[in-house]
Amino acid sequence: MNAPTYNFAYLDEGTKRMIRRAILKAIAIPGYQVPFASREMPMPYGWGTGGVQVTAAILGPQDVLKVIDQGSDDTTNAISIRKFFAKTAGVATTTRTEEASVIQTRHRIPEAPLHAGQVLVYQVPIPEPLRYLEPRETETRRMHALGEYGLMHVKLYEDIAKFGHIATAYAYPVKVAGRYVMDPSPTPKFDNPKMNDCEALQLFGAGREKRIYAIPPYTQVVSLDFEDHPFTRYRQDAPCALCGAEDSYLDEIVTDDQGSRMFVCSDTDYCETRQRDGHLGSESAPNKEHGHG
Amino acid sequence: MYVAVKGGERAIDNAHRLLAHARRGERAVPEISLEQISEQLSLGVDRVMVEGSLYDRELAALAIKQARGDLIEAIFLLRAFRATLPRFGATLPLDTGAMAVRRRISSTFKDIPGGQILGPTFDYTHRLLDPALAENSDPELPATAAPSDAPMPRVTDILGRDGLIEGSPAADDDAIVGDLTRDPLSFPADRDLRLQNLARGDEGFLLSLAYSSQRGYGRNHPFAGEIRFGEVELEFFAEDAGFAVPLGPIALTETQMVNQFKGSATEAPCFTRGYGLAFGQSERKAMAMALVDRALRARELGEEAEAPAQDEEFVMSHSDNVQATGFVEHLKLPHYVDFQSELGLLRRLRQDFEDKAADAPLKEAAE
Repeated sequence: MNAPTYNFAYLDEGTKRMIRRAILKAIAIPGYQVPFASREMPMPYGWGTGGVQVTAAILGPQDVLKVIDQGSDDTTNAISIRKFFAKTAGVATTTRTEEASVIQTRHRIPEAPLHAGQVLVYQVPIPEPLRYLEPRETETRRMHALGEYGLMHVKLYEDIAKFGHIATAYAYPVKVAGRYVMDPSPTPKFDNPKMNDCEALQLFGAGREKRIYAIPPYTQVVSLDFEDHPFTRYRQDAPCALCGAEDSYLDEIVTDDQGSRMFVCSDTDYCETRQRDGHLGSESAPNKEHGHG
Repeated sequence: MYVAVKGGERAIDNAHRLLAHARRGERAVPEISLEQISEQLSLGVDRVMVEGSLYDRELAALAIKQARGDLIEAIFLLRAFRATLPRFGATLPLDTGAMAVRRRISSTFKDIPGGQILGPTFDYTHRLLDPALAENSDPELPATAAPSDAPMPRVTDILGRDGLIEGSPAADDDAIVGDLTRDPLSFPADRDLRLQNLARGDEGFLLSLAYSSQRGYGRNHPFAGEIRFGEVELEFFAEDAGFAVPLGPIALTETQMVNQFKGSATEAPCFTRGYGLAFGQSERKAMAMALVDRALRARELGEEAEAPAQDEEFVMSHSDNVQATGFVEHLKLPHYVDFQSELGLLRRLRQDFEDKAADAPLKEAAE
């Protein structure tokens, strides 16, 4: 039995070229979902195969890679993907947002502003923002082609009529460059404004659904809303218990079965950087030692 | 306390170490060999080759061993390996009429040229557990006879001579063979891509769809025209040599379903075809595939397509078990961020509800 050998960053060069062509097309048509011949990857569909293929296609030996899942570098799947590229591409990895040239993410956009030259690669489960309104791909492609987004506005309106709010908390639909309605992947709507006029290139890969789309740098990205019901961000009304941040998206940690909980930054790098800079929260060690709460 | 949700790296390594240990099982029990899997669990190997779409018994056996007998996991292993292989061409069309037949039955004619050959089959076995197999077995050697020289034409070819069944579409030598692993699929899909999708599709999914079509959800009156299993020679046209070179035989199961069709204003009534083809001895798969293939031809044959089995986008988008298992099982991954977002929304909606409830009695009193 011949032991298999693999190319730099796993994918063969022919496949990378195919993916790069799809990426270039996606950049040329912001927000448009470009079909691509997604490969079977050595991790399961639904676990980031689209993001992994995009990253594999753009990664060079000089790149510095950061991988986050739920904002954290330490979640199991982020570790698994980071190790995959460390092994197959031998690239340097980092947990620091500002040091990374390529950041692959699932469900979050880092809190620290991204800068020019960086690429943010999103893992996307269902790329079609209209999918839950219309299950057929043949139909949704037609709706995009005609810019026929009335169905989406009706859905948002019905939310308001029924609940008094737009009842979409994550994967909140956006319009890109005034043309295509796009699914931002299941990021909390808190992150939506970060996509607008972003200095970094944003690439989206959906492996199972075989789609790639993109937001080029400095592109207008608008969250869908109504004049009398404008888009609002949602953030838990608490400071981070570790770094005291009042502007970051928070994870809720259940600490016992009596209803106690604490809130900490979901972006671990942001939180650790703040702690290094001397910011403290209610659960920080020095605070605790001084008998604070 | 925050440590509980951090530090996955060592946990992953240890989990994999534990998995390897669990795979091996009790160490006092001899380890299973690839030969044993390939020879004695051969139908499982066949299934992994079919849905993994890679004809390699040894690698399929390895995948089954590595997957601890989880066939979908084994299919996934084989697929991920297959995705890295270079593609240098397509073979010439298979001539299944020239198959070295080990089993061949037709339910449409009592006797057919070349005869009915039962071969190795579970059919007509009584499903009684055999305690003798709990120990090492030494079954009788099979009965043998001299091979027959009689040709074994396909039953559909016999029907086709009288025009009773639609002709197979003529092969276009210049047409590129579609490959949904190399080009993104779009709908409507041609039959070559549909058949490729079905061949790779999950046996259980196709079985249920085929069954639903028999129970009236897109009924099309099938007969098993012929099921044959045996070896067929693969040939590849080598540009350098200028002629077709044999690559060796592969074992295949082919099913041709014969289905009713009432005809139209321009066409005389005739039978229509549903086609199934699978590696190895995979009869359930090949039969289910043939039924679903026929059901998916509804649009082409001018039938109303209302049942799930007739809905090409539904069938083709959900047939792949590697995709399906990945997406279903991805729910195991952390979703704290989305969940937190939903929690926030839900708390807000509940607050609205309670505020309203608190206001209501006041309003009533005021009225």
